[in-house]
Amino acid sequence: MVESFVSKLEVKNLAISYRGAPALSAVNLNLAPNEILGIIGPANAGKTSFLKALNRMDEMTPGMEVEGTVLLDGMDVRSWRNPYALRRKVGVVFPLPVGLPLSIRDNVTFAPRMAGVRSNQDLDGIVEKCLRRAALWDEVKDRLDSLGSLLSGGQQQRLTIARALSQDPEILLLDEFSIAVDPVTTMRIEEVLKELKEEMAIILVTNLTQQARRLADRTAFFLSGQMVEVGETEALFQGKVEDPRTQQYLEGSFG
Amino acid sequence: MFEASSREIRDQKLQAAWRRAFLFVTILLILPVGVILWILAMKGGPALSWAFFTDWPRDGMTAGGIFPALIGTLWLVGVALVASVPVGVAAAVYLSEYAPDNALTRLINLAIINLAGVPSIVHALFGVGAFVLFFNMGTSILAASLTLAVMTLPVVIVSTRESLQAVPRAFREACWSLGATRWQTIRHVVLPNSGSGILTGIILEVSRTVGETAPIMFTGAAFFLPILPSGVGDQTMAMSLHLFVVATQVPGVPVELPFGVALVLVGMVLALNAISIVFRTRLRRRKKW
Repeated sequence: MVESFVSKLEVKNLAISYRGAPALSAVNLNLAPNEILGIIGPANAGKTSFLKALNRMDEMTPGMEVEGTVLLDGMDVRSWRNPYALRRKVGVVFPLPVGLPLSIRDNVTFAPRMAGVRSNQDLDGIVEKCLRRAALWDEVKDRLDSLGSLLSGGQQQRLTIARALSQDPEILLLDEFSIAVDPVTTMRIEEVLKELKEEMAIILVTNLTQQARRLADRTAFFLSGQMVEVGETEALFQGKVEDPRTQQYLEGSFG
Repeated sequence: MFEASSREIRDQKLQAAWRRAFLFVTILLILPVGVILWILAMKGGPALSWAFFTDWPRDGMTAGGIFPALIGTLWLVGVALVASVPVGVAAAVYLSEYAPDNALTRLINLAIINLAGVPSIVHALFGVGAFVLFFNMGTSILAASLTLAVMTLPVVIVSTRESLQAVPRAFREACWSLGATRWQTIRHVVLPNSGSGILTGIILEVSRTVGETAPIMFTGAAFFLPILPSGVGDQTMAMSLHLFVVATQVPGVPVELPFGVALVLVGMVLALNAISIVFRTRLRRRKKW
């Protein structure tokens, strides 16, 4: 499936720097629709910066500069007049669960309300659909009006996934979502991702190489501000690598 | 095996001594406050009665109550708030949420710090020059309140900015990544979660405004007036200046009168501070994240 596809997302010569200090350079990547792309690599590899550049969050980060091109459905995201519409197409899940200090319901409906959805019927529909897809509905359906920021870590992380789904994104970015989450919740979220893959493209940044192996169709290895290589996940894990550092990292020799 | 060595025993005694020394110095701190309140209550207490609050000064200000001064202070504080809170909160929102880290922002921050450090008598002269004369407001509540507003702006800005900064940046990033604009994020997430802190800062501003004398002396507060002000263009009496007047400017005032005025003034400030403390504790108790 990887050899030829119409790219959902195309990244060309992406370079990122913070106040002149380079953080990532010369990244070229494609993302197929309905693909999970894993990104692995040690800390400071530039993985999080990469995600920020995709939905133009760099514009909200002081000192962060991005060069190169990101094409979404063939259109340069930098040329979009409306970065807010871009961000609605790209859902984001952060490493530490961020339940906004709003009710569970308002957490999920926040983005649609900001985008102008007013009808309570529509909003209630979004709440149930998104919470169900994030495997959280059964746990919270009786207390939708309690604070989302006071849920347990694992529940909050599923809440943020529900929130990220609230505008039917075409791409979902997950940044080390399992860092603050128990193993059972991690497994549940992984199941969720496998289902979501049917409807959207997913980029999964992860510290756990085995998580990439379980989920990702292809995996990219980032190291010290460079993309070392990208290939089919199983092939990489079976040692068909272009660069010896990839194999060393996968075997746990460093990182 | 759990015996302490002689060195450890010495260290423990030393640590206990330091603890007592710090406690002693801290208690010294409450001493002046306690003494002031005690003297005010002893000497001014007899002057207090319902009539003291509702009567006009009589017999050349040597008897009677403080009614017009009390009303005047409410006028001054109220108009000062109307002028300073919107400007101060807007400036704080800009500095906390929008301002890039550049030369202009640093200049603004420097200006705020310096504004906070200007002596109140200088603010008073500025008020005379700017509001009374240049803007031709005359000596009036408006001129006096604007002078007070300028003087207390740094308090509002700094306390508001700190309340806004206390809202974690992660919330903002979560909102932005959902496609919310900066203003939507401020309006729906940042401001609702810093409201109590902002209110606390405003109350502290009020408690400072109530007691200020110099800035209103030349800009709008009067020695004595037979009528209440009817609008912001009028002069007014005020508690702080009234205290100065009955304490030093009028002969033959019975001793409990100025002490009574001082007691009411201090009582107002303490009450406001107490309210702000209640707000702060309620804010802490109602944990939202």
